[in-house]
Amino acid sequence: MSQIEEVSVDQFKHLVSERALTGETMLLNMGPQHPSTHGVLRVLLELDGETIINCVPDIGYLHTGVEKNMEAKTYQKAEVMTDRLDYMNPLGNNLSYVLAVEKLVDLDVPARAQAIRVILVELQRIASHMVWLGAFGLDLAAMSMFLYCFRERERILDIFELVSGQRMMTTYIRPGGVWRDVPVEFDKAVREFVQMFHKRVDEYERLLTRNPIFIDRLVGIGYLSVETALQYGVTGPNLRASGSDWDLRKARPYMGYEQYDFNIPTRPEGDTYARYIVRIEELRESLKIIEQALNKMPLGPVNSDNRKFVPPPRAEIGVSMEALIHHFKLWTEGFPAPKNSVYSAVESPRGELGMYLEGDGGPKPYRIHLRTPSFDNLAVLPEIVKGHLVADLVAILASIDIVLGDIDR
Amino acid sequence: MDKRLEPIVKDVQEKFGATLAEFREEAHLFVAAEKIVGALTLLRDTHKFELLSALTASDYYPQTTPRFHVIYQLSSVEKNLTLQVRVPVNEANPQVPTAAHVYKVANWREREVFDMFGIVFEGHPDPRRILMPEDTVGHPLRKDYPLGYEEPQFTFNFDEIRVVKPAPKE
Repeated sequence: MSQIEEVSVDQFKHLVSERALTGETMLLNMGPQHPSTHGVLRVLLELDGETIINCVPDIGYLHTGVEKNMEAKTYQKAEVMTDRLDYMNPLGNNLSYVLAVEKLVDLDVPARAQAIRVILVELQRIASHMVWLGAFGLDLAAMSMFLYCFRERERILDIFELVSGQRMMTTYIRPGGVWRDVPVEFDKAVREFVQMFHKRVDEYERLLTRNPIFIDRLVGIGYLSVETALQYGVTGPNLRASGSDWDLRKARPYMGYEQYDFNIPTRPEGDTYARYIVRIEELRESLKIIEQALNKMPLGPVNSDNRKFVPPPRAEIGVSMEALIHHFKLWTEGFPAPKNSVYSAVESPRGELGMYLEGDGGPKPYRIHLRTPSFDNLAVLPEIVKGHLVADLVAILASIDIVLGDIDR
Repeated sequence: MDKRLEPIVKDVQEKFGATLAEFREEAHLFVAAEKIVGALTLLRDTHKFELLSALTASDYYPQTTPRFHVIYQLSSVEKNLTLQVRVPVNEANPQVPTAAHVYKVANWREREVFDMFGIVFEGHPDPRRILMPEDTVGHPLRKDYPLGYEEPQFTFNFDEIRVVKPAPKE
């Protein structure tokens, strides 16, 4: 039998107060297997009674070496790793990665592909917020929310299956465009969903927004100021709930976001309730973007015609020697990228999802770094839970919307 | 490069002797390791780069001087600008002063860079590994660290691999 080592408090000595070492306060592990940590997260808590004095998050349980693995694959093949990174937002991750590749090799995307990308990414944002809202409700003992939210999310996953054949790991957005054009049923399916979902958001609000138990648990809990948020690199709805209107879709528009009319919901309070309200409002704004994109979706190709980066259509391979060569070269060797680096970022449901991508002249990324929003959003946790009760930690952790696959990569 | 970045870049160049490289409209400033804290403080306080978007590194093995670049990706929420600061680090002495007191997010991000590349951030308040277990040997994102594939067994190395592999019990 292997020896069982007792973990000493020495390695956390500088992170907890002196009273913890004398036993006056209690050190308690929350997780790694705990339903409200939304994955495999361990939080070491120093407690005085039920009040949190210090909080030390311990991450890395889901670390799979995504960055190292991507360095060993060609640009096209590395994309499948991004699906598995933040499993609540696979299409958003695809988009972020593909934008970085397109920036590195300087590749343009046709307007129809841009519109399709926007619709799918906004649907993904709704699906991600649905999981968040369901889990948030569940953590606050509103069990039925979980069931309602997953019912709606299923409709979105059906749309993803319709366009890509996959519910979650889609890899649908590719460098230079998308995998293939959307089927004819797509327009109707999305319109039906949008029409239905407007009413559903109102239903959620009727259940939660003015619910006295809900308000008691949330208002004034987990205050985060704009200055603290920026210091810790917190972005996305968490930052906007503190009063800043920083949204990359408005600030640095990509994929033609500048042509859509939508608002950035913000709240000045910075507490857990504000983070809830901001996300609910974002659902409505996403619906607005989807409707506009559907109405003005242009016709035309969905892939760039630059054959050095995008494989030729299937029909061309039978009749064109060049097309066959391009097809063969692209799927065996891949395409080369210049020896330089780019950083491109998109607004994911959780904040700024950035990709630092470095090429070396060959067909594989030399270095790729994923700037994942959940990582920084979790880093601020020790700052905002101090002085709260353990039960509030559950509410705060649920409200900052972390995905452990996104943190550990 | 954005027109509004030019005076900022010039200021950092004058005060900290930085050199500039540009690619696809992005500005990359190269700063020496010992001046990085000053440069970041100047950028944060005077030029309003209040958000450290990303902090990472890149390994240029087998090159040794510099072997690494530590990369700071800065964003200005107020002015809507981005700027990249890169610090070359030599293999012989992989040390950079910590920026954890300039941007608090650098605390965790520097722990990650230490964990993955073995670059030591001097004066870091919490110098532990963050993603890998405490008892890991080596730093996975270094280019001389293997990916960990199983070596395929051919006739020329048949016996060698069979010896290394644990055999099933009879």
